[in-house]
Amino acid sequence: MKLSRRLMMAAALSTALFAGNAYAANVKIALVVKSLGNGFFDAAAKGAEKAAKELGDVDVIYTGPTKATAEAQIEVINTLIAQKVDAIAISANDGDALVPVLKKAMERGITVISWDSGVAAAGRQMHLNPSDTGLIGETIIKLAADYLPDGGEVAILSAASTATNQNAWIEAAKKILPEKFPKIKLVATVYGDDDSAKSTDEAKGLLKTYPNLKAIIAPTTVGVVAAAQVVTDAGLIGKVNVTGLALPSEFKKFIDNGSSQAVALWNPIDLGYSAIYLAHDIAVKKMEAKPGAKLSIGSVGEVTLDDTNSAAMAPPFTFDKKNIEEFSKIY
Amino acid sequence: MSAAPTVRHIPDRLDKALTSILLSWESLLVLVAVAIFIANSLASPYFLDAYALSDLTFNFAEKALIALAMALLIISGEIDLSVAATMALTSTLMGFAAQFGVGTFGLVIIGIAVGLACGVFNGFLVTGLGLPSIVVTIGTMSLFRGVSFIILGDQAYKGYPESFAFFGQGYVWGVISFEFALFLVAAVIYWFLLHRTNFGRRIFAIGNNQVTAQFSGVRVKRIKFILFCLTGLMAGIASILLTSRLGSTRPSIAQGYELEAITMVVLGGVSILGGAGSIIGVVLAAFIMGLVTFGLGLLNVPGIVMSIFIGLLLIIIIALPILWRRFGWLIKA
Repeated sequence: MKLSRRLMMAAALSTALFAGNAYAANVKIALVVKSLGNGFFDAAAKGAEKAAKELGDVDVIYTGPTKATAEAQIEVINTLIAQKVDAIAISANDGDALVPVLKKAMERGITVISWDSGVAAAGRQMHLNPSDTGLIGETIIKLAADYLPDGGEVAILSAASTATNQNAWIEAAKKILPEKFPKIKLVATVYGDDDSAKSTDEAKGLLKTYPNLKAIIAPTTVGVVAAAQVVTDAGLIGKVNVTGLALPSEFKKFIDNGSSQAVALWNPIDLGYSAIYLAHDIAVKKMEAKPGAKLSIGSVGEVTLDDTNSAAMAPPFTFDKKNIEEFSKIY
Repeated sequence: MSAAPTVRHIPDRLDKALTSILLSWESLLVLVAVAIFIANSLASPYFLDAYALSDLTFNFAEKALIALAMALLIISGEIDLSVAATMALTSTLMGFAAQFGVGTFGLVIIGIAVGLACGVFNGFLVTGLGLPSIVVTIGTMSLFRGVSFIILGDQAYKGYPESFAFFGQGYVWGVISFEFALFLVAAVIYWFLLHRTNFGRRIFAIGNNQVTAQFSGVRVKRIKFILFCLTGLMAGIASILLTSRLGSTRPSIAQGYELEAITMVVLGGVSILGGAGSIIGVVLAAFIMGLVTFGLGLLNVPGIVMSIFIGLLLIIIIALPILWRRFGWLIKA
């Protein structure tokens, strides 16, 4: 089902691409994601298409590797350089390892921005954070703490140990714990590599190792589903609350069955949309990405670049029993 | 095909039949490579470009370097699944050394030494203790990468010297990258070693019948030990290239490289049971893998479809000669 949807999408995209070739003047912007087959990134691609439609002169190439590794992403970038795309907007598997190849892309006149998961400053012109790292770190703890008035043990199930963004959020969460949530005790951080099977094993391991665990926080859309499924299967609904960052459409059933009270996420559609706008701003409108610059992200608004040429799009948004129905239909 | 052959043709020289099978295998690979090259040129206007073709070589050169040594090892009837983990450990220790200001030359020495040491370790466990190589190297695969994870955790080593970038990002002449040049040189060396030396003949002998080889005076264990060392060495060299290309080290570096290297070996016509194969086949297979992934990439074919395609290609190319051997007489008759 999912594969056939992917194939249809690929076919639709390649037709769009060939149709686009007829109007050679169109700007080609590649939206490169960590790995394909991830609902979050598919939603971002929808936003990217929306931005392309609004801008009119943009062709979006939605691409990424099957394996979420830096090496595989570099292969994808090499083919994009060869295609002489105008801009690359990337969510990086490894912010350091991609620097040399993205530098090469910039040397050949390609605009490079990163979004979602950042690239080190030398390898991109600007970075768009979906939200503010500190706010996300606080939000993921708060999601668990809100339902633990007496405190208790919680554990984090993250993506790959090398994932730039997850690491930053966990760092921020750890920083905020002693000040704002003294009763919450973080007992472990494990890594499921954004792989369903590995995340499932890690979640089972957590339940076994920490019998008093009150909540599993998974700041990744793959991990959170795996953890909620494990809690459901183990009959621990009501005892262990699963929370974190989740895609509403994938996660609705776990809010419904009570294995999770609430989860949060920014809007990936807006994120993909904004990334295309920013790449367009820099590649076509020749706006300079420098500290203090204000760049337009269409209907989402405007962002201001900080000292590291990074910008934050919006605060994360909480989904619970009241609104999950509505958002699960969108993404 | 109505009349079944009444007289079966019996070849008068077995040798010749074998050579012709090998020959046809390589010509088949050449054919496939040429076909893919032409298909790529037709399908994408960006393919026939010096820079594009040069970039393409980065996609397979490191894995192909390992595949050269792996081919010899598999022909001898053994296998090494720990090569990617060897690369991770090598890269981690190079990164560790770089933090203390070790220069480019020192890093290269460390890279080669650590790779070799991993190979020696595997070789000792397999030939010294007589353990099956598949079990040993599945173990060392976890061991070597585990050590990297212990040293690095979720951190990364950066700050390699500027000149270190040459190995993975530099060009020796025009658009010919250092990685590609090194691969070509290594391919010639391995071709010579396997097909033009006594050592190479002995590898085939061992792969075909280890006991006979032993009784014929071939020092089976020593040769296998050397092959493990060579494989470790090539993994070390590949790690230098990859680390230099990425400019950083994480413990997850080179994940999955072992399977891609083995795929090249098998696609190149090396018998997974040992005893047969050629370096030319492996080199051609490396090109085919590079051309296919790059060509499909240029068309923005999603990676999932790409994996399916490579899987099918592998099965078809492996199945063809077997089908030919089994049913070929039908066509000839």
